[in-house]
Amino acid sequence: MLDSIFNILPDLNKAFFETLYMVAISLGVSLIVGLPLGIILFITDKGLLFENALIKQTAGILVNLIRSVPFIILLVALLPLTQLITGTTIGPTAASVSLSVAAIPFFARLVETSLREIDKGVIEAAVAVGATPWMIIREVLLPEAKPGIVQAITVTAISLLGYSAMAGIVGGGGIGDFAIRFGYYRYDNTIMITTVVLLIVIVQLMQVIGDGVAKAVNKR
Amino acid sequence: MIEVKEVTKIYKAKGNEIVGVKNVSLSIDKGEIFGIVGYSGAGKSSLLRCLNLLEKPTSGDILIDGVSITTLGKKELREERLKIGMIFQHFYLISAKTVFENIAFALKAAGKTKDEINRKTLELLKMVGLENQKDQYPSQLSGGQKQRVGIARALANDPKVLLCDEATSALDPNTTKSILSLLKTINKKLGITIVLITHEMEVVKEICHRMAVMQDGEIIESGDVYNIFANPKKELTKTFISSVIQMDLPEPLLKNRKGTVIKIQFKGAIAEEAVVSELFQNFKVKGNILHGKIEYIQETPLGIFIMELIGDETEVKRAIAYIESRIENLEVVKNVA
Repeated sequence: MLDSIFNILPDLNKAFFETLYMVAISLGVSLIVGLPLGIILFITDKGLLFENALIKQTAGILVNLIRSVPFIILLVALLPLTQLITGTTIGPTAASVSLSVAAIPFFARLVETSLREIDKGVIEAAVAVGATPWMIIREVLLPEAKPGIVQAITVTAISLLGYSAMAGIVGGGGIGDFAIRFGYYRYDNTIMITTVVLLIVIVQLMQVIGDGVAKAVNKR
Repeated sequence: MIEVKEVTKIYKAKGNEIVGVKNVSLSIDKGEIFGIVGYSGAGKSSLLRCLNLLEKPTSGDILIDGVSITTLGKKELREERLKIGMIFQHFYLISAKTVFENIAFALKAAGKTKDEINRKTLELLKMVGLENQKDQYPSQLSGGQKQRVGIARALANDPKVLLCDEATSALDPNTTKSILSLLKTINKKLGITIVLITHEMEVVKEICHRMAVMQDGEIIESGDVYNIFANPKKELTKTFISSVIQMDLPEPLLKNRKGTVIKIQFKGAIAEEAVVSELFQNFKVKGNILHGKIEYIQETPLGIFIMELIGDETEVKRAIAYIESRIENLEVVKNVA
């Protein structure tokens, strides 16, 4: 049994870095796009800094639209977009496009939820002080929601890890794909269990780090 | 200083219209502490929040130093708000920022330089007595300390006006006292006009110069605090006052009285005169004090006594007439004869 594990190590190693690559890119993109989107979803709400029903509803519908499409379908449906952006439709880079598109609205909603937990009074006090909206976003909303946003990053990263298993459909590779191809299709339990254990360890590690950071930044 | 002109605030919720403030006009002088009292839902909070436009009045106008704030643009309003500090019942500090940073935030909003922010924040910390807590987070502070941070933040940009939204309602009696005396000091030292709303009459009695009583969105009574305490006109005002000046006699005690029980109220200078001793010298009545109290409101005494007069009926009547001639407020609580 040990032998067969040793045999797959090079492949597993490659798969591990493919996963890391896909998750890192799509997590990065979803942070850059999803964070502002989450803030927009929040501040355009009724009674807030930039109350705007049109933007709020448009953004809300768009987010819900993407979130309601099953990932596998999204993965395939976005192939033209993937081709446009990366010049190819196969490989981990190509898979990262769909992963990002799926993760952006997911992360944005989580950001919106953590912003919603801030006491409205704190925002109001900042308004009463005469602060500009930009200052309120940077110095009140983001710091106050920081623990929630860190948790949101953790959840998004773990979800991306799960989604990335489906990247095999477009030849994205990665640990999940490795487990499906070698372990599941070829009935090789050793490989399947090894990879699943590896995934469990990664998920636990992400959660522990995420919780630790969230706790460290929480001053409440 | 602050001129409230026929302000009405109507809230629309699910097709219903709720009147928060009903046609209120009010004028608050520079440098005074003005208290607005009322039960929750009376509209006092809505009215206060109109003064810095956290709520926009549905109609009416508000002038601060002659400037109509209801017509200001966004930028002008922000600049005006720098000059109107506000503190809250639940403090509303930024929990992710230290005490120092919370105060510095207000200065940053005014576009001050780093050096100015540093200097002013330290000065404010000293004023509210929190120099040693400057690097702590709000969650590490007591309620009173949090309110002191709130006050420092509100005063950061040397405002002309300080609005207090139930600022002591979440604090214990001792802390309330220390916060009130801090507000008093600020008012005296910096000459800041303070507008406060509260449901605690004690607060008004302690620090306010003038007051208004609100009910159902309207101001039902207003004036000098001493005069209102001495001569409340409306039932609600009386109820509020009786919460701080308890003058009711226990029923059994009142029942066993044989003479005429009277309640006398001495106002101001008369409280220091010897009216009662003259009474006993000039008339053949015996007196029996059942209850007595002298309250100092804005350093002016307000004396209230409940006394039983025993003696010949005509003599008692003459005695009462004499008291009535000397003081304004006499009430016969129980007349046996």
